[in-house]
Amino acid sequence: MSASHKVVVTGIGPVTPVGTGVDDFWHGLVSGRSGIAPISRFGTDDLPVKLAGEVTDFDTGAYLDVKEARRTDRFVHFGIAAAKLAWEDAKEPSVAPERGGVIFATGIGGIETILSQHLVLLEKGAGRVSPFMVPMLMGNAAAGHIAMRLGLTGPNFCTTSACASGAHAVGEAYRMIRNGLIDLAVAGGSESATLPLTIAAFSQMTALTKNPDPATASRPFDANRDGFVISEGACALILESEERAVARGARIYAELAGYGASDDAYHITAPDPSGAGSSIAIRAALADADEEPSAVDYVNAHGTSTPLNDASETAALKAVLGEHAHSIAVSSTKSMTGHMLGAAGAVEAGASALAISKGRVPPTIHYATKDPACDLDYVPNEARDLDVRLAISNSFGFGGQNAVLALRKYA
Amino acid sequence: MTDMTEIDAKVRKVLAEQLAVEEALVVPEARFAEELNADSLDLVEAVLALEEEWNIEIPEEEMDGVKTVGAAINLVATKLGVS
Repeated sequence: MSASHKVVVTGIGPVTPVGTGVDDFWHGLVSGRSGIAPISRFGTDDLPVKLAGEVTDFDTGAYLDVKEARRTDRFVHFGIAAAKLAWEDAKEPSVAPERGGVIFATGIGGIETILSQHLVLLEKGAGRVSPFMVPMLMGNAAAGHIAMRLGLTGPNFCTTSACASGAHAVGEAYRMIRNGLIDLAVAGGSESATLPLTIAAFSQMTALTKNPDPATASRPFDANRDGFVISEGACALILESEERAVARGARIYAELAGYGASDDAYHITAPDPSGAGSSIAIRAALADADEEPSAVDYVNAHGTSTPLNDASETAALKAVLGEHAHSIAVSSTKSMTGHMLGAAGAVEAGASALAISKGRVPPTIHYATKDPACDLDYVPNEARDLDVRLAISNSFGFGGQNAVLALRKYA
Repeated sequence: MTDMTEIDAKVRKVLAEQLAVEEALVVPEARFAEELNADSLDLVEAVLALEEEWNIEIPEEEMDGVKTVGAAINLVATKLGVS
């Protein structure tokens, strides 16, 4: 194995309720565009929650032919689209096939397929269940399809850690490039789990806001926040070793400089209120990047808009950064995208790379009332010009699973 | 009363849709694997669609010898008691 390699982000492919493709996505984020609206894909009369973040303008036919689309779950459609957009954004890099990996996350997988095929089983019998059900529902389906399309024969798997899944995928891909196992990776995550059943389930555990007003439902760090807004979409990043990226003259958004992972070991869904578990991951990411806590300029927060997460995350940031936590920008793009679950970490790593590259940080929109437990600068409602040298992107999942990425201005 | 012409047209339509190929290519002599680019799972799915269309049962073993569109049309016709 060769020495440590610097890892850089050379392509971003967002498919989100705020925008699709880098330009649309970034413009949406810095203009404070909300992707949250009344659910359009099914009736909500009998459901306790009426809002979601939907990718309403998704054109399946732009990415898959009719047959492929029918045999893949919607979360795979998003994943394939994100990978294609990222690959094109990186100017279609060439790589020895076995030196290219795909690490692609989902939190939930093909639950729409499971539910529809279960209905077929009950109504029409075992003989009518689709032969494609298994490859449609499996969480690793997107990773497999992306590899086939791009001809990448290197390491390929799916990370699943609920709402941290996407960040774990990016982090694991980063490690493989850094350690010289591969030269390039398509890393990210995808989710499409907005269905009556999941709405009911997340709602029963009081994770979702029942606020029916799209203008205030997702309000991370606000005193009146009362749950997250479920959302869908995907994001892929193209990660490359610096040597490769420079040699081919690639545009570099940022360096992916560190990755830290931990577990709260506290409760299967509730975060440790002290932030002790997530602090471990934040410290580990900074140590991996060889940076001091005082060097952080911007935090793209997990910021789900649940009462517990946002207070616990604030505590973790203060525990790691000390007084410095009060002098930096912290924002939650989930205020605009909603919570994209297994895709969120990848979307937010992409937003962080763009913030560094553009010298501007996206806001936390819908922010109105200060919470004493959340007393940092959350970049309320308006994007801000900021020279970001070092950013961290936090992702914390049910299961107590934490993944933190550190991104640095490429110089 | 379902007649052969109707079966022929419907089978070809269903197969074209399932296999995502031009209906003009779905001629009786067209071979599934070679001309219509259909693998074994494609065929299972196509058979499900034929079963659904006419509410018939086509056991797997009866599909084994079916290599062409024409054979599929004949199989459906037999199931419907038309020939």
